Amino acid sequence: MKMMQSRHAGLLVLAVVLALLPLVLPNSFYVDVAIKIALNAIVVIGLNLLMGYTGQISLGHAGFVGMGAYGSAALTTHFNWPPMLALLAGAAATGLLAFALARPILKLKGHTLAMATLGLGIIISIVINNEAQWTGGPDGMSVPSFTLFGLTIAGEMAWYAVAAVLLLITTWLALNLIDSPVGRALQAIHGSEVAARVSGVDTTRFKVRVFVLSAVMASIAGSVNAHYVGFLTPGIAGFFPSIELVTMVVVGGMASVFGSIVGAALLTVLPQLLQTFEGWEVVVFGMILMATMIFLPKGLVPSIAQRLRARAVKGA
Amino acid sequence: MLAQFLQFLYSGMTVGSAYALAALGFTIIYNTSGVINFAQGEFIMLGGMFAALLAGGGMPLPLAIAIAVVATGLVGLVMEKAVIEPAQNAHVVTLIIITIGASLTLRGLVQIFLGKATHSLPPFSGDKPIEFLGASLLPQSLWVLGVTLAVVGALAWFFGRTLLGKAMLATSHNKLAAQLVGINTRVVLLLSFGLSALLGALGGILVAPITYTSYDAGIMLGLKGFVAAVLGGLGGGVGAVAGGLILGIIEAMTAGYISSSYKDAVPFVVILVILFFMPRGLFGAKISERV
Repeated sequence: MKMMQSRHAGLLVLAVVLALLPLVLPNSFYVDVAIKIALNAIVVIGLNLLMGYTGQISLGHAGFVGMGAYGSAALTTHFNWPPMLALLAGAAATGLLAFALARPILKLKGHTLAMATLGLGIIISIVINNEAQWTGGPDGMSVPSFTLFGLTIAGEMAWYAVAAVLLLITTWLALNLIDSPVGRALQAIHGSEVAARVSGVDTTRFKVRVFVLSAVMASIAGSVNAHYVGFLTPGIAGFFPSIELVTMVVVGGMASVFGSIVGAALLTVLPQLLQTFEGWEVVVFGMILMATMIFLPKGLVPSIAQRLRARAVKGA
Repeated sequence: MLAQFLQFLYSGMTVGSAYALAALGFTIIYNTSGVINFAQGEFIMLGGMFAALLAGGGMPLPLAIAIAVVATGLVGLVMEKAVIEPAQNAHVVTLIIITIGASLTLRGLVQIFLGKATHSLPPFSGDKPIEFLGASLLPQSLWVLGVTLAVVGALAWFFGRTLLGKAMLATSHNKLAAQLVGINTRVVLLLSFGLSALLGALGGILVAPITYTSYDAGIMLGLKGFVAAVLGGLGGGVGAVAGGLILGIIEAMTAGYISSSYKDAVPFVVILVILFFMPRGLFGAKISERV
């Protein structure tokens, strides 16, 4: 009962913050950053379901973001598909690929799993780089604007609303999933896969589902981002963006939905702040990654929550 | 026909040797600590960059190479002391992420202090191609192959004949048992990072005259070295070297006969297929996991 209340309270706080944010953001530059945070957070929540709740690392999730983005771009540009249909087709294709590869990939553990997911991401980014007739190759391609039922999403505020609603839906879905029997099965897998299997959890099926779900979430966020930015380069699917996503998960906190949002926010804002110090953003990024893992291996949000709880117990 | 095949084979074996040296670095650290060191590629890059800059500044080549190797080895030691040791008992994923952080930090620092320009190192003994069985071979390729062989021999001697090497081997088999017979496993872990950094630097220096080097040269070399190491089963030196050579040759053949634009994808496709059917790599030992 208590769990449910805190879950709804968190969601409510998020909704209020998202609704009030546009009132305090001084100009469109900040709104742009907020949109990027929300879209990154959607991918990170999905990846966190996989990493934090089932304990499976993926070093290739930017590949799925790339598939969604380029799927939308190519289908709308070359085949004049309506953007919504292209988005769904991209998500379906990404989901199918993830489903086809999930079983063999998730059989692997530790470093071989890291190797396989990393390889998958790199292969996707090389394909995007090379199939220039569809993707524009290294030069990139422009993406038409998003229209649905004759309405075009245009302007920072409209995009902010779209991104905020999507983030709310994603958060709500993730929180519900974690509190369901499925979620408890996933956490059991993280605790000990063998123990979970012994107590009757079909571990493979659950791992496959979460892998597919997180890939689809990444693809949808990629599609929306493609239409929002209006221009794509293959860099979005590369190795570094995959690392950034993993960083957002671990800095915010493994197995924490709100941690994912905090992680996405911090690490999306940080490069903007460091933009004037060329080269240093990579160094600072690396140092934050190491420092978080050494001093707060559970990530910011779970560590802070733990400390607050400890203090509350002491106070009472 | 045959000449062309040999040409591809030579170039495959040359790159393959570089992958093999990188794979050896991955394997040594993995065996003593269970960590996959994603900064291995940066060691390769550091070796090449240091040597190129020192030699470019007028230092005699052998001295520049020696200093570059030692300096990179020191970087490996510092990295272990600063970020791996404090997190020793952490989860594998945590350690992987720490090494990724170290890799970003090293690459960023090189970009800031040594610049983004591409550097080259003069070939060790001229660049007049040698005709061999109808195909031409660069003298530098012979250097790469020869030094790799020498390194493998030296490592076999080190692990088989020296007390320190045996201590490292013992630690890789069973850390607790090694501690019980009086081996300082902390020092072993430290040395494994130093040794891997030395090997990485050597690889980077050897290929620098052929491929050039820059601050981001370590990314692909490191990732492919990782592929080679997994291909070889992450067990011993032979697996790593075989993995590296196989990978280099497959890559060169694909580039030559099929498509050069997809040659970078080949190692990753190969490793995915192999992991799907043989999750322990080509030469990996069969062990059952204890729960």
